[in-house]
Amino acid sequence: MSTTHDALHPRPTQVVREEALLFEFSAPGKAGYQLSPLDVPPADPLPKGCERDDIADFPELSEIEIIRHYTRLSTWNYAVDLGLYPLGSCTMKYNARVNEAVARLEGLAALHPLAPGSLSQGALRIMKVLADYLVEITGMDGITLQPAAGAQGELTGILLVRAFLESQGNARQKVLIPDSAHGTNPATAVIAGYKVENLKSNARGTVDLSALERQLDDNVAALMLTNPNTLGVFEEDIHKIADIVHAKGAQLYMDGANMNALVGWSRPGDFGVDVMHLNLHKTFSTPHGGGGPGSGPVAVKQHLLPFLPTPVVVATANGFALDCDRPQSIGRVKAFAGNFGMHVRALAYILANGWDGLRATTADAVLNANYIRKKLEGAYDLPYATPSMHECVFSDARQVKQGIHTGDLAKRLIDYGFHPYTVSFPLIVHGALMIEPTESESREELDAFVAAMLAIAQEAETQPEIIKSAPHSTRISRLDETSAARRPVLRWTRKG
Amino acid sequence: MRYLPKSDAIRGQMLEEIGAASIEELFSHIPEYCRLNRPLNIPSGQSEAQIVDFFKAAAAENAPGYQSFLGAGAYHHYRPVVIDSLVSRGEWFTAYTPYQPEISQGTLQSIFEFQTMICQLTGMEVANASMYDGSTSVPEAVMMAVRVTGRDQAVVMRSLHPQYREVLATYTSRQNIPVTEVAYTPQGTLDQAALAAAVTDQTAAVVVQSPNFFGNIEDWEAAAALAHAKGALLIAVITDPVSLGLLAPPAAADIVAMELQGFGIPVGFGGPYAGVIAAKERFVRSLPGRLVGEARDAHGRRGFVLTLATREQHIRREKATSNICTNQALCALMASIYMTVYGRRGLRELAEQNRAKAVFATTRFAQAGLEVLFPGPRFHEFVVRGADLVRVQKDLADQRIIGGLPLRGYFPELGEAALVCVTETAERAVIEKLVATHAAHAVGRGLREPAVAH
Repeated sequence: MSTTHDALHPRPTQVVREEALLFEFSAPGKAGYQLSPLDVPPADPLPKGCERDDIADFPELSEIEIIRHYTRLSTWNYAVDLGLYPLGSCTMKYNARVNEAVARLEGLAALHPLAPGSLSQGALRIMKVLADYLVEITGMDGITLQPAAGAQGELTGILLVRAFLESQGNARQKVLIPDSAHGTNPATAVIAGYKVENLKSNARGTVDLSALERQLDDNVAALMLTNPNTLGVFEEDIHKIADIVHAKGAQLYMDGANMNALVGWSRPGDFGVDVMHLNLHKTFSTPHGGGGPGSGPVAVKQHLLPFLPTPVVVATANGFALDCDRPQSIGRVKAFAGNFGMHVRALAYILANGWDGLRATTADAVLNANYIRKKLEGAYDLPYATPSMHECVFSDARQVKQGIHTGDLAKRLIDYGFHPYTVSFPLIVHGALMIEPTESESREELDAFVAAMLAIAQEAETQPEIIKSAPHSTRISRLDETSAARRPVLRWTRKG
Repeated sequence: MRYLPKSDAIRGQMLEEIGAASIEELFSHIPEYCRLNRPLNIPSGQSEAQIVDFFKAAAAENAPGYQSFLGAGAYHHYRPVVIDSLVSRGEWFTAYTPYQPEISQGTLQSIFEFQTMICQLTGMEVANASMYDGSTSVPEAVMMAVRVTGRDQAVVMRSLHPQYREVLATYTSRQNIPVTEVAYTPQGTLDQAALAAAVTDQTAAVVVQSPNFFGNIEDWEAAAALAHAKGALLIAVITDPVSLGLLAPPAAADIVAMELQGFGIPVGFGGPYAGVIAAKERFVRSLPGRLVGEARDAHGRRGFVLTLATREQHIRREKATSNICTNQALCALMASIYMTVYGRRGLRELAEQNRAKAVFATTRFAQAGLEVLFPGPRFHEFVVRGADLVRVQKDLADQRIIGGLPLRGYFPELGEAALVCVTETAERAVIEKLVATHAAHAVGRGLREPAVAH
């Protein structure tokens, strides 16, 4: 392991000691549970064949071992709580603790989803208030909170488009997707039963209007657009785009992944969007949880309201209710009413911010991205000079000359104590470094990140090997992912 | 705003360094007609105390402290304290998908252990890193079976959770996957003759839930034999994983689509939960969702990575096995901790307690003159009939009890029946109250014999 680090002197921060797999320190007879005594007679045994044999090798551990195991493992993770987490398009912002506290109130956390309406008015109130606020924030006319995540929101949105067009007599066959889009967009369109057609970006990284006009024929159901797009650039011709789409009878879908650039400043409903999803785990601060849960509400204009999935939360003369009587609905996309625990957290975030805090939040997110862009543009190639909003995208064009790629720079950033940016995305930038700081970073944290990035750019010139072999400060170094995929070992099994 | 770590003076200095005169200037490239020129119609920011008060008031409007006998895909099991204690660590809940394995080994190792435990429980050979929930795992499993078999039809039991059937229809109807529904027998279990008749050489998958929606245990071996006889795959659906502590695992199935909420995830008005898809090893490259595998670093040390990503949307785009991106890592972690706490013996003891309580309740209901439908081996749910459910519900609410789920909207053929779930959280005295309240509102024995659905 190299120790020739520069003045910033990266230091290992992880608990270095090995932690075995659960199964490797389990032993028959240990236990971490004790049930209350059974207060009814034991049941007669089940008929032969209904009962299982022993669960071979299933863990047996005491409580202290369980606490230590998961605590030690946790120390091997990077997290927003530890520092800047600039994954572009992921909006890794602060997760307020009050959100967690209120989501765990017994009256919310222990409420059964099929409880009678009279005993779930508080939960329905929370959903209705959140729905109303999200409609106001997006400038749309209605919303469903049911989708479980952004990708399921996309699917719901495209199914809404499909149902609407079917009601007009023709569901059409294609969805247009810009080459800068998230991978979920094309995958979603296919699951909704559409063919995908790629739309090339122009030299500014935005939608090429003439290409759009050329490709938009009567067979196109929708254009799926991310705005600001994955370069962090606002589509300045958005109204012309919407007009072109609508003139051909197609629908404008907006991927709301980058809504953190717009809240309080600009509303998709005001610039021609018909349907969009939000990611509560991005824009509205519900925690990312190591990869989920998310929540992906879908907001729509008036003409799509009849098709929203069941159920929809409504206010009636007798209180709040879940409306399932929607004959034109696309149907359920998920059991029950959605990821309610995420609704609670998102509403707590909106209440804490208010209109004023939401607007200030967006301002700081954009300020932070522009600050990083300004500080790094001398050291890294900026492929598009178009103004940035909440994220900025560089390329590794200068460092590639030393044989260093974006993925290498990312690994070296780990040594400086930061989570890397999004690597090699969007696809329209070769060797992309996609940086989204969010509003949650102080100038001190940004300056530390900038200093690290500048130091790495320097190292690329002077000692490229240290970058190519990074990280040097972690428990394990780069893993051999190719061998792992060739002979996948996806579970532990007892040896011998 | 207390979440924003800057003073106005610092903002001013940063703007100066950027070369912008004001914050507004950073938004000036947004066309005028796209800008919102008024405050959002949302109250201004509130204090933490105000927020807590708002949610406490909302929580009090629900049913705090009630004993609930609802199940039907969401189960009230006791949640050991260590779960929230551990998942409240910021290193778990404020991390994201482990794209950078060197600083995500905690999440990756925990998922590897999760995949292992799911395989041990289900008798499958591979399990993914989790899905949104049980209901969405079913269409994902059906689409997987369509890919694997090259066939394009599915057969589902009417005794599959009705909301799961609705979700499946939302997905399959847009993909031209015809779904045939097979009735249940008068015993409430799958009708083997009807199933045999429904499966054809175009059937990709047969979808069977056990315990089924009525709580009855199905015969996995028989279902698998009927599916396999025509070259179709068997998808086993499990809505409460606690049942696997006691019941025979669906080892004969090809794919398992399971809900994990029962493993220590709050019922929380419907989510977030976690689902999982497990399968036989030969189907691994058709699995949707994230997978974690073992790997070695340059020094030969063991570590874990996301693997076989060429199945996924961020690599394959429109050719991906699914559009799923996130999994439910934090909920899957809750399930892992729960499995670890109960462990090999505890899970069995827990499952036995659930079944004992439910069997006790059915005996009491029968003694009180009410009709318990579908006698036969069951786990912790059953259907009871013969009381005026509106009155029962009102009377129970006065005793701070929520009774079973009225089934008229889902299974009109069963009349005024309710699906009751009894878990280890129900004390004997409360079960007695539930029975007594039904008996007090009995409307005579049954409305008619249980009809068999079309």
